[in-house]
Amino acid sequence: MAELEATVAASGGGSARLRKAFGGVLCAFTLLLIGILAFSIRLFSVIKYESVIHEFDPYFNYRVTQFLTKSGIYEFWNWFDDRTWYPLGRVIGGTVYPGLTLTAGTIWWLLNSINIPLSVETVCVFTAPIFSANASWATYLLTKEAKGHGAGLMAATILAMVPSYISRSVAGSYDNEAVAIFALIFTFYLYIKTLNTGSLFYATLNALSYFYMVCSWGGYTFIINLIPMHVLLCIVTGRYSSRLYIAYAPLVVLGTLLAALVPVVGFNAVLTSEHFASFLVFIILHVVALVYYIKGLLTHRLFKVATTFVITVGLALCFAAVAILVALVASSPTKGWSGRSLSLLDPTYASKYIPIIASVSEHQPPTWPSYFMDINVLAFLVPAGIISCFLPLSDASSFLVLYLVTSVYFSGVMVRLMLVLAPAACILSGIALSEAFNVLTRSMKFQRSRSDDGLSTARDSTPGSSSAAATITSSTENDNMTNEKAENVSKERPSNKNRKKEKESVGSSAVRHEKEEKLCVLPSEASAMGILSLIILCGLYVVHCVWAAAEAYSAPSIVLTSRSHDGLHVFDDFREAYAWLSHNTEVEDKVASWWDYGYQTTAMANRTVIVDNNTWNNTHIATVGTAMSSPEKAAWEIFNSLDVKYVLVVFGGLIGYPSDDINKFLWMVRIGGGVFPHIKEQDYLKDGNYRVDAQGTPTMLNCLMYKLCYYRFVETDGKGFDRARRYEIGRKHFKLTHFEEAFTTHHWMVRIYKLKSQKNRVQGVLKLKSSSKTSSMHKGGRKKNPWQ
Amino acid sequence: MPKAAGDAKLLIQSLSKAYAATPTNLKIIDLYVVFAVATAVVQVVYMGVVGSFPFNSFLSGVLSCIGTAVLAVCLRIQVNKDNKEFKDLAPERAFADFVLCNLVLHLVIMNFLG
Repeated sequence: MAELEATVAASGGGSARLRKAFGGVLCAFTLLLIGILAFSIRLFSVIKYESVIHEFDPYFNYRVTQFLTKSGIYEFWNWFDDRTWYPLGRVIGGTVYPGLTLTAGTIWWLLNSINIPLSVETVCVFTAPIFSANASWATYLLTKEAKGHGAGLMAATILAMVPSYISRSVAGSYDNEAVAIFALIFTFYLYIKTLNTGSLFYATLNALSYFYMVCSWGGYTFIINLIPMHVLLCIVTGRYSSRLYIAYAPLVVLGTLLAALVPVVGFNAVLTSEHFASFLVFIILHVVALVYYIKGLLTHRLFKVATTFVITVGLALCFAAVAILVALVASSPTKGWSGRSLSLLDPTYASKYIPIIASVSEHQPPTWPSYFMDINVLAFLVPAGIISCFLPLSDASSFLVLYLVTSVYFSGVMVRLMLVLAPAACILSGIALSEAFNVLTRSMKFQRSRSDDGLSTARDSTPGSSSAAATITSSTENDNMTNEKAENVSKERPSNKNRKKEKESVGSSAVRHEKEEKLCVLPSEASAMGILSLIILCGLYVVHCVWAAAEAYSAPSIVLTSRSHDGLHVFDDFREAYAWLSHNTEVEDKVASWWDYGYQTTAMANRTVIVDNNTWNNTHIATVGTAMSSPEKAAWEIFNSLDVKYVLVVFGGLIGYPSDDINKFLWMVRIGGGVFPHIKEQDYLKDGNYRVDAQGTPTMLNCLMYKLCYYRFVETDGKGFDRARRYEIGRKHFKLTHFEEAFTTHHWMVRIYKLKSQKNRVQGVLKLKSSSKTSSMHKGGRKKNPWQ
Repeated sequence: MPKAAGDAKLLIQSLSKAYAATPTNLKIIDLYVVFAVATAVVQVVYMGVVGSFPFNSFLSGVLSCIGTAVLAVCLRIQVNKDNKEFKDLAPERAFADFVLCNLVLHLVIMNFLG
């Protein structure tokens, strides 16, 4: 009898090991497929257009990476760029987040050292898809720590395809978020792993991963505020344990040091309010740890005495410390927070005080449809995931719920931060779907085994075989779980697996019968319908994601296309203009344009610009804005004082391109008017409406932007019909006195003008000066234009 | 008040008696923690006297003391035999982790010291 037991147990154990190994291999293979999926769904832009860098910010990162690969890391670290923000320049080493460029530079260097000669541009274009594959693997690891393998695979699949993440990480979108989201998820995974295991090794890795996150993105402040919030939540809900201390305390010390190492952050790591939460919770954690330690040393009565002592003395000390802290923080006008963080906490802050932050379209609050567009089906799977996190509640699942709640709030403030919501939504939906599949397939299996129960009740009456059956049950239940989860992902051959499991369950169904009585079970048809509808739901999600990736988020925005009855039109005007600039102007010539085009101009045309997308100097941008809003002579004076040779404007009137400079003009007026009070927004609006047709105000029809955009526009169709604004322009026939047209692209999208040099004769100027002096005496209270 | 004083004396006595019962290796770690924190306090007082330039040196000095104190406390948690969560963690492994984390900490410190 004993030998029979042993052999049955051994064979059961052997087949269980085989099953476990099979499950592991299937899991690894599925992860590989998920990585390939994440990579390939982001290649639509390369297939539809070409392998080119998109948008505006990536061109700056590309230029910095080029410099890094050409000159080495020491030059990069100490680089002072004199080709932007003329004449101020920009300290690149100290104002850029180096993570992305160092990552791409390392990949390029590695590939070149093993003789795969990829160009820097190729590496930059494909960095984002590679790191999105890494991000989905990190999601698998994070969800596995919280809920197990099945939920992990589900969440990884969902993240590989979620449109919100695709929008910022297509092939060609070479921006910080491409690596930052991977670093975010990986840091969270290491934090949860440390919390679950209490190992100091993982705590070290956690700090290093946090360092990588700080290097990559300004959004690292989200991590350093979320983790203290979670620690506080654990303490308050009574889940303090020594693993919590090991997970948090080394992270704070090492993390602060590592963050201070990055030049962009520097001493902000200890001086700004964004980090204060971590220090506060650090102190609170130590107090709680001390309390628990002393509680363990003393008896109950003495502990009470100790608490009364400590409370009387400690409260006094606390008040003093808090008073000092409040005085320190209140003495700074922004209470120690930076402008960008304040605009997150108070959504109306930017529109009142910092118009540049408010003018960026990515910083606007999202609309409801954009939630459905960006996270689709997950929007209503997430609440199910939250519920499933509470049954049972562990440290990891409470962290996931907290992460979701905070990211939902921030995504409601700025549409750009939907990207931070995406991983949380994917993880929780993965958990929800996995739990749903669990329940449904378990019901089906239970119903099936109950139908075979009648055949095998006779065999299970002997005690020996029932104990063997018990071991088989426990082992098969383990790999049944694995098999079930692997089955969920493959979504095919469910009947085969069911039949295989049935063969084992036949011998032990009586034992399991009692166990499963306690579980709630649905009727077999309902669970089949449920599985089918969930599969259809996932199918719809996949269809939407592929559509969004192909149609909505793959446009490089440096090349525009449109379909008409005579085929596909390609508008490559931007690159045409930059190529003209780089071939037909001197290397030292300065180009003035609105700040949107600064990065592209320095990267592609290789000319010095006045302002660019970094927008760090509001006065400089206001100077350019004032020049664009002033009449020709005043604008010429401003540009001449900045040594500008060429002015570049973007005009969409001929083809109907909506994001041109005329549509952005009001922002130029607002920003310029914020610094130079003689520019008043009301002068450019007629009855509160912004118009450039015959009803436009004289100031508007006379300003430089209008003239540069519409110079000779009437020659295109004889009437001057602006296709973007959909009316005829106001002033059609005029000449330029201080500028001359240098180049206009094929579809009139980019127009480049050259400043005319000063006249040689000066007598006329003297006369004008004396007459203007007398006229200015009469003006009296009007604000003096500093440029005249 | 005399009751409070008597209670205080009793409290301190029982605390010191309970603490005397801890094993010697833990007491050594506690001594190390106290030393590190005391060094940090000395550095802060010194900064108060002579001013905070160069700030990075001050930060790295203070944070290295606090860092080793925190890591030593983590080691103590993991090595303590009364701690049921770390029952099956070998103390050699705990010490190896401690050394590794200290290595990373001091590498960063030396880079930041300036």
